[in-house]
Amino acid sequence: MDALIAKLKTQIIEQLNLEGVSPEDISPDDSLFGEGLGLDSIDALELIVLLEKNYGLKIENPAEGKKIFYTIRSIAEYITANGKA
Amino acid sequence: MSIQITSACLIRNNHIQLNGETMIEKEKHLPFNEFIKGAYELNASPNLKFFKMDNLCKLAFITSEFLLKNKKISEQYGAENVSLLFANTSSSLDTDINYYNTVKDFASPSLFVYTLPNIMLGEISIRNKFKGENAFFVFEQFQADFLCNYATQLIKEKKAKVVIIGWVELLKENYESFLCLTEENGNGAELTNENLNELYNGK
Repeated sequence: MDALIAKLKTQIIEQLNLEGVSPEDISPDDSLFGEGLGLDSIDALELIVLLEKNYGLKIENPAEGKKIFYTIRSIAEYITANGKA
Repeated sequence: MSIQITSACLIRNNHIQLNGETMIEKEKHLPFNEFIKGAYELNASPNLKFFKMDNLCKLAFITSEFLLKNKKISEQYGAENVSLLFANTSSSLDTDINYYNTVKDFASPSLFVYTLPNIMLGEISIRNKFKGENAFFVFEQFQADFLCNYATQLIKEKKAKVVIIGWVELLKENYESFLCLTEENGNGAELTNENLNELYNGK
């Protein structure tokens, strides 16, 4: 799980152009939206693309997305649970 | 009624000039991305969105940061009284091409939102809290007479008290950006085709 979390941090920084943010700056339990990393709705769409492109996972239910993209850890758990890690 | 050009910022060939004075000058071979990132780090106030913008928006944003530095236009004239009037020749083609290239694989949402040239007007308006009329036009080349007449009309008809007019063009590594602050009864050269052309040509 730790290796997947580390990989996700790097992928998210790259995919979302988070200039000036390093993997160490992101705690796996920080909220990605709102007060945490401050991501917006376009970033959410980029995360959906990231999961599909890198892990072959399609998120079709928007309600499900809110839970999956809550933190880096919740994304990692979703990938692991769906056997794509 | 007299309308003046109270400030002008010109960026081309990795050289930023504000009212004729050099602000930043870098080697001509420096890639645009590096040049504009350096200009942001040296001069712009922190803005998390900057690195997510496309190159056209970055160029317009940095030009506006220089033009409006230490000015409180919105507070002085009222947010609804500040208009933006921009033009260029390549529209958003630079990002359109980049976006098209992603469509073959996974379409990029963050590129898609920049596939319109007038997004730069929105970014500048959000940054400076402007709420006046804004318009974007595509011309073959810089047209001082059109921008001059349109800005004059906006002020005459009391649709605006300040109009930021300009030309923000970018395609790959070819770019130039020229923004002017025009105000009624301000201090500066009168808003005329000749004066606008002279400033655009960097004389």
